[in-house]
Amino acid sequence: MFGLLLLLCLPPALGAVDFSDYENGYQVRLSIKTALGDEAYEWNESEMFLFRATIAFAMRQFTKTEAYGIDNIVVRNQTQRVSFWFIVTSPENPAQTVEKETVEKAIRRSRNRINNAFLLTDKTLEFLGIPPTLAAPISPATPPWLIVFGVVIGLVCAGIVALLTSSVVKRRRGNKAKQLPEEEDPAKGTDKGITCEDRNGVYNQGFSDDDRLTQL
Amino acid sequence: MSGDVVKSMSAETQMEEPKATEERPKWDNKVQYLLTCIGFAVGLGNVWRFPYLCQKYGGGAFLIPYLIALVFEGLPLLHLELAIGQRLRTGSIGVWNSISPYLGGVGLASMTVSFLVGLFYNTILAWILWYFFHSFQNPLPWENCPVNVNRTGYITECEKSTPVNYFWYRETLNITPNIETGGSLQWWLVLCLATAWCLVYVCFIRGIETIGKAVYVTATFPYLVLTIFLIRALTLPGASLGLTYLFTPQWETLKNPKVWLDAATQIFFSLSLAFGGLIAFSSYNPQKNDCQRDALIVGCVNSATSIYASIPIFAILGFKATENFNACLGENILALTNAFNIGDQNITVENYDDWFTHLNETEPSLVMDLHLRNCNLQTFLDQSASGTGLAFIVFTEAVIKMPASQVWAVLFFVMLFSLGLSSMFGNLEGVLTPLLDLNLVPKWMPKEVFTGLMCVVSFAVALIFTLGSGNYWLEIFNNYVGSLPLLIIAFFEITAVVFIYGINRFSDDIKWMTGQRPNLYWQATWRVISPLMLLVVFLAYIVVEAGEKPSYSAWNPNYVDFPLADVHAYPEWVYSICVLLSAVPCLLIPLAALYRLAQLLMKYMADRRTPNPYGNDSYVSDL
Repeated sequence: MFGLLLLLCLPPALGAVDFSDYENGYQVRLSIKTALGDEAYEWNESEMFLFRATIAFAMRQFTKTEAYGIDNIVVRNQTQRVSFWFIVTSPENPAQTVEKETVEKAIRRSRNRINNAFLLTDKTLEFLGIPPTLAAPISPATPPWLIVFGVVIGLVCAGIVALLTSSVVKRRRGNKAKQLPEEEDPAKGTDKGITCEDRNGVYNQGFSDDDRLTQL
Repeated sequence: MSGDVVKSMSAETQMEEPKATEERPKWDNKVQYLLTCIGFAVGLGNVWRFPYLCQKYGGGAFLIPYLIALVFEGLPLLHLELAIGQRLRTGSIGVWNSISPYLGGVGLASMTVSFLVGLFYNTILAWILWYFFHSFQNPLPWENCPVNVNRTGYITECEKSTPVNYFWYRETLNITPNIETGGSLQWWLVLCLATAWCLVYVCFIRGIETIGKAVYVTATFPYLVLTIFLIRALTLPGASLGLTYLFTPQWETLKNPKVWLDAATQIFFSLSLAFGGLIAFSSYNPQKNDCQRDALIVGCVNSATSIYASIPIFAILGFKATENFNACLGENILALTNAFNIGDQNITVENYDDWFTHLNETEPSLVMDLHLRNCNLQTFLDQSASGTGLAFIVFTEAVIKMPASQVWAVLFFVMLFSLGLSSMFGNLEGVLTPLLDLNLVPKWMPKEVFTGLMCVVSFAVALIFTLGSGNYWLEIFNNYVGSLPLLIIAFFEITAVVFIYGINRFSDDIKWMTGQRPNLYWQATWRVISPLMLLVVFLAYIVVEAGEKPSYSAWNPNYVDFPLADVHAYPEWVYSICVLLSAVPCLLIPLAALYRLAQLLMKYMADRRTPNPYGNDSYVSDL
C-alpha cells in the first residue's frame, strides 16, 4: 500500500502528459485482474513484446504486406494501471507515424485476435478512442416468446374444447335418460292425482319457503 | 303448515325430475369454498401494495393501524357478507332485494364495480403473461439495451433510462407520451389479453363447478413459490439489510393521519369486500355452515399472507439495493483507477473510502473533475415502488442479478398470475351469480355459452387498455373505480343489514346457521364501530382526494428531464370520465330505489282506476 503511494508520487504517473508526439497514438488500458481474477498473469516485458507483435500483425493484415515489424510499434508511458501509449511508425520511414485512422481500422479488423492473445475482452483491453464493435443481436426466425405463447394457447384451447364437448355429451345423455321415464309418467301421474300438462311445473316466484320475509 | 306442503311438493318434483332446475349449484367440499374465498381475498395487492405501505409508513409500526383496521373493520364486514349470502342464498342483487326492494341498487352497484374491476385486472394478468412468455430466453430481454440500427451504440431512450424501464415502457406497453395521444392497438398485448381471457374462461366455464377445481392450484401455488423465494432471498447478500429496513418500527409515523387512512383502505380492498363476490360464493354453501369461523379464517389468512409475502420481497429489495450500491462504487473505483493509473483491482469496495480521502487530499481538483457519484446505500433502499412498478421494474431488475435468472423470473410471474387469476374468479362470480339469480340468462342458453359471452364482451371492452395510452387508462380505472364506490357500497351494506334487516333478526339467523349467537365483539362492531369507521374513512378519503389536483406521471422520451416522470394534470374530458367512473356505480343505488318507487306508484295509480277483485296486494313480484 505504501509502496504504491510512493510510486504515485512519481511525476510521470499522472495522466497529464505532453501529447505533441502522440497525436497519431492510442492509449491502451488493460484490466487483467478484473478479467481473470486469480488466474491473472503478471504484466512484464515479454507480455509487452507480445502486444507489440499483435499490433504489428494487425497492421500486416490490414495493409496486406509483410512490411511491419516489432520495431515499428513504439510504446511510451507505461504505468502501474497497466496503461501505456503506442504509435505505429511507417516501415519505409521510421521517423514518420502512420495515420490514426489507418491504425484504428487495422485494430478494429483484428480486434478479436488481439483480445484472444491476451485472454481479455473489449472491455478489459481498451483502446481509448476506438469504440468496440457491438455484437449483432441474435434474432431467431421465430421470437421465442411466440413459441411459448403458442404452447399456452394451444393447451388452453384444448381444455376449452374438452370441457365443452364433455358438457354437450352430458346434456345429450341427460336428454336420453329423460325420454325413457317420460313414457311411463302418464301412468304414474294419474296414480298420484296430478294432472298438470307441463311436467316441469311453473315456478311460483311469489312463494318463498322463507316465511320470515313475507312478514313485510 | 304451508312449509310442509312445500316440502312434500318439492320432494315429489325432485323424484320425478332428474334435472332439478331449481337446485342451486354447491361446493364439492368445504375446502374448495375456503380456498376460493382465500384466493379471492389474497391477490396482487398482498404482494405489491402491502410491503410498499409497510416500508413507506415506518415498517413494523404500520402493523398496528393495519391490525386495528382488520379487527374493527375488515373482519366484521367479511363476516357480514359471508353470513348474509349464506342465509339468503342468492347473489348480491338478490340479497339486497330480499332485504328491501329499494336496496336492489346496492347489488347493481356491486355488479357494475365487479365488471369494471375485472376488465383492468385481467389486463394486468395479460402483462404478467407477456413477461412470463419472455422469461424463457437467455439473456433475459430486459437485461441489456438493444443495439441501434447502425450497431454503433445502444438506443438512446434505453441508454438514458435503464434496460428494465425501456423493456417495460417501450417494448411491452409502447406507451404514448401523454393520455390524449391514443396510439394504436398493440397486437402483442391483444394476443396476451386474449390468452388471459381464455385462461380465465377455462376455469370459469361452468361457474363454481370448475372454479372449485381450479382453486386447488391457483390458491395454493403462490404459497409454495413465496416459500421458495423466502429461502432463496434470505441467502442473498444484502437480504438482512432489506429486512431490517422494512421492519424497523418508526413510531413517529403513527401520528400522521394518512397512515391510518391508508391502513383502513388497504384492509378494505385487500379483503375484496363490497364486490359481491364473497356473497356469491357463500350463497352456494349449505345453510347450516359456521360462517363465523370461515370469516375469521379468511381474514387472518389474508393478513398473514401479506406479512409473509413482504419478507422475501424486502429481502430481495435489500439485495438489489446492495447490488446497485456496489455497482455505483464500482463505477467510481474505475474512474479513480483510470484517472490516477493505479493498479487494477487495488481499490476495492472495502478500502474505497481510504483511497478516496487520500486522493482527495493529494489531488482535489482532479478528483473533482471526475464527477464521482455520491453512492449512498440508504438512497438505493428508499427507491421503493408499489403496483406494476414493483413487479415489472424493481423486481425484474433484481431477478437479473440473481444466478439462474430465468427460473426465478418464471416462478415469480407464474405466482403473480395465479394470485391474480383466483381474484378474477371472485370478480366474475360477482357478475355471473346476480345475473343467474335475476333469470336474465335465457333458459335456452347453456351456462358455458353465457360465461363465454361474458368473457368475449369483457375482452372487447378491455381492448382500450391495449392501446398506446392503455396504462394511463388503467391507472384511472384503478384509482377511481376500485376505491370510492366500494366504500359507499360497503357503508350501505352494513347499514342495510344492521338497521333495515335488523341486527337482532340477523343474529337469530346466524344462531340458526352456526349454532351460537354472535358475541359482544360482533354486536359492537356491527352496530357502531364499523359503520362509524367506514364513514370516517369515506370522509377522509374525499378530503384527501379533493385536496390534491389529479395528475399522472407520463413516460415521455422527449421530456427535458427524462428519465424523470413527466407529471401532467388530467385534461378536462378525462377528468369528467374519472368522475363518471366513480359516480355511476354509486348513483345506481338511489336510481334503483327511485325506479322501484315509480313502479309502486304506477301500480297504485292503475289499481285505483280499475280495482281488481282478485288483486293480492300483499304479493310483490321479485322482478
